[in-house]
Amino acid sequence: MAELEAVIGLEIHVQLSTKTKMFCGCALSFGDEPNVHTCPVCLAHPGVLPVPNEEAIRCALKIAAALDCDVAPRSIFHRKNYFYPDSPKAYQISQHDLPLATDGRLGGIRIHRAHLEEDAAKTIHVGESGRIHGSGASLVDFNRGGTPLVEIVTEPDLRSAAEAASWARLLRTTVSQLGVSNVNMEEGSLRIDANVSVRPAGSEQLGTKTELKNMNSFRFLERGIEAELARQRELVEAGESVVQETLHFHPEDGSLTPLRSKEEAHDYRYFPEPDLVPLVPTEAMLREAREALPELPEARMERYREEMGVAEDAAAVLVTDPATAEYFEQTAAAAGGVEARTIANWVTGELAATLRQAGEDGAADSKVEPESLAALAAMVQEKKISHGSGKQVLAAMVAEGGEPAAIVEREGLAQISDSGELEAIVSAAVDANPAAAEQIRAGNGKAIGAIVGAVMKKTKGRADGGEVNRLIREKLGL
Amino acid sequence: MGELLELTVAEAAARISAGDVSADEYFEAWREAAAGDELNAYLWRAEEGGDATEGPLAGIPVAVKDIFCTEGVPTTAASRIIEGYRPPYTATAVRRLQEAGAGLLGKTNMDEFAMGSSNENSAYGPVLNPWDRGRVPGGSSGGSAAVVAAGLAPCAIGTDTGGSIRQPASLCGIVGLKPTYGAVSRYGMIAFASSLDQCGPLTRDVADAALMLNVLQGRDRCDSTSVGIEGGVEVPTREDLKGLRFAVPAELGQDAIEPGVRTVFEATLATIERLGGEIAEVPLPHAEHGISAYYVIAPAEASSNLARYDGVRYGMRAKGDGDLLEMYESTRAAGFGDEVKRRIMLGTYALSSGYYEAYYGQAQKVRTKISADFDAAFERVDFVVTPTSPSVAFGLGEKTADPLAMYMNDFFTVPMSLAGIPAISIPAGLAEPDGGGPDLPVGFQIAAPAFAEQRLLDAAHALESAIGFDSRSGEGDGG
Repeated sequence: MAELEAVIGLEIHVQLSTKTKMFCGCALSFGDEPNVHTCPVCLAHPGVLPVPNEEAIRCALKIAAALDCDVAPRSIFHRKNYFYPDSPKAYQISQHDLPLATDGRLGGIRIHRAHLEEDAAKTIHVGESGRIHGSGASLVDFNRGGTPLVEIVTEPDLRSAAEAASWARLLRTTVSQLGVSNVNMEEGSLRIDANVSVRPAGSEQLGTKTELKNMNSFRFLERGIEAELARQRELVEAGESVVQETLHFHPEDGSLTPLRSKEEAHDYRYFPEPDLVPLVPTEAMLREAREALPELPEARMERYREEMGVAEDAAAVLVTDPATAEYFEQTAAAAGGVEARTIANWVTGELAATLRQAGEDGAADSKVEPESLAALAAMVQEKKISHGSGKQVLAAMVAEGGEPAAIVEREGLAQISDSGELEAIVSAAVDANPAAAEQIRAGNGKAIGAIVGAVMKKTKGRADGGEVNRLIREKLGL
Repeated sequence: MGELLELTVAEAAARISAGDVSADEYFEAWREAAAGDELNAYLWRAEEGGDATEGPLAGIPVAVKDIFCTEGVPTTAASRIIEGYRPPYTATAVRRLQEAGAGLLGKTNMDEFAMGSSNENSAYGPVLNPWDRGRVPGGSSGGSAAVVAAGLAPCAIGTDTGGSIRQPASLCGIVGLKPTYGAVSRYGMIAFASSLDQCGPLTRDVADAALMLNVLQGRDRCDSTSVGIEGGVEVPTREDLKGLRFAVPAELGQDAIEPGVRTVFEATLATIERLGGEIAEVPLPHAEHGISAYYVIAPAEASSNLARYDGVRYGMRAKGDGDLLEMYESTRAAGFGDEVKRRIMLGTYALSSGYYEAYYGQAQKVRTKISADFDAAFERVDFVVTPTSPSVAFGLGEKTADPLAMYMNDFFTVPMSLAGIPAISIPAGLAEPDGGGPDLPVGFQIAAPAFAEQRLLDAAHALESAIGFDSRSGEGDGG
């Protein structure tokens, strides 16, 4: 049997961070006391009417521009009818066959469409199951109900769980830079569902897909898709067929369970929303959305690689967080003699690792000033201090800030520049490790590590590794 | 005090503004009149109010169809399902009346959720026709029409989705105006069919209708579909119809019209000619499909609009310890009347996957064609005229067993609703009902192009003056 290829498409809901809800004047909120941000409109009292939020439309146009979509000159809202307590009108105002934006592209993945809609309220089911079935009571918090959402649907262009997660990160960074959403998966302002299927590699036909829900982190997204791909491959390889269904991801154990078919057996009876007029963006609105676009991750990555010579993986890491990217650029600008490529490695390598160890957030929020990091990189490059000392200095900078030169001075970390002094230490170390010396002479290059280690210990890391190596070999007459 | 009740709204407002009549006294006179309601026309009556002495409607008490939300005042839409509901806000139309100096006199009975042509679909019992209490007042704004006809209110507002202002106005012998769709805000008007619903006045004469429309109309930021009428409307004074062309649809279903109604209609055409107007005939080839299209589109929208009445947030919730679905089902089963359930089922079916194109899609195409028919007609004439209703007021219970016969009451009013154009019904005379009995009012409907309300009111006023119908003749039996 041919190898099975994964075919993945994502459906992303982005909660917009407008001041007010999509169709009424209630404030947006997160974590507030339940049901304080409500009004007759978002509680669907008799007689109320929706009025579209202009700011939300502008945000959606920015997303459409960032995803390089075609914006419809005229799009309309539809009603998606379904009964559930999270939907007070018993219909969601969404867009159906004439969405705001279509045919976009991001990071090589095609965007099918992007449209505006309103979020549902939050239901809390009291009882062990945590689901409505079998719960003792259900509570509804309408604070979230009516929050503006942009739903983005990709084409099924993703070919692995890792690719899906990595693309989702790119999308998050891109949307984040537009300033239109908090895009926080834990808080639900970014929600990603995945449509997953498998097919024989090279086939053009799509297999039967399942829809995965409730993966509220990138890690869970990857794990969920991974688990579902494994399940589908097993089924297909056993000659069985995949059943189209919606699966709920359980973060506790990474398992997937089908939602009861009754919950999803909907005929939404879409029809054009008669309470709203068509959405016709003006030329000025479209232009404003395009002109407001900042440099987005894809373009930034291109610039880092092409113009600044940054390695691909470092560039990819840098652009996932605009603040870090900005930090990198400031550091590179401050570093006269050090190449941007090296600075990028400092930011994504040593600095990121040191911050992680210290339990701190991103570089931009740290005590390490870009100019200080640039100075440190220069000291290492100029061999004023060893690479190992550089790490120690960086740890001190992360902990308390300050200039690297002062820390070097205070800690006595300046590299041993007196060659006589270093020669004496090397000589003593060789003499103290005769076995290693013998092995090196016998051609075992790796044995040199023991002697280098001894020298470093003695100098507290203040020796230049390359120089120590050279001196050992010289001493051994090699 | 009886003299006060004889004043038209325009006259009364002018006297109150001038200080000749006390707003309190005037309101109190109407409150007492309303208290004598024996027609089951009011569902709620104000105990106080109406002290404004400024504004175009200074001190005028208004009867409001119980489909308009009024803050703190029970609003039922004549349905059990929201019994006890007191809205936390006031409909824009009512608010505009209040801002113009008017006061809320009472909330009037109606067909449940405005679904009906006889007022027999109210959960609170039918309204009786003041001309003959054995007969219906028409619907769905039957209460609003009856109170004005019976002298229980000087004026009222109602809503018209397929004829719900014009038909009861016709059956009760008063003036009823359905403005252009979008002229008056729908905010706070409990929705039946959103693309058709429109608020309008029910009054004793055309001048009062104009006065009220000018207050009601206007763009409202709470209703995206509202646009208002540019420049508003002025109280009409025209007395002739010279140079105006009135067209009778060629396809006017002569057979369906009661002989008495036909006689009054033809006499009215003659009056138009006497006033210098010209009578022509225009084709409206798709109008006859209006009822079919209407009874797909309106129920479809209603099935969605009424889905919010689920027992979760307000109104009634049926007792029971079952699950969510059972709560929905038992609440809606107990809360809605038969006609509402019938239309919810019709509409749900029409929107269902696989049937949408055949029903809803097709009905929308018919609607577009009807609109185009009117556009073509208005290139040749100024107005299209028909009887408002094929018959005079019919007997209580006469048509309740046959929904289709009931739906045919809207035959002449539905096409204008589908086209979104303004239409007015004015009382044109009296006719003997089929099967005999005392003479009853006959309405004459005039329709104009969208937003041509001024022209419509001017013509209706001239015609009304020439006809000289005494709209107060129904009062004797009112209360």
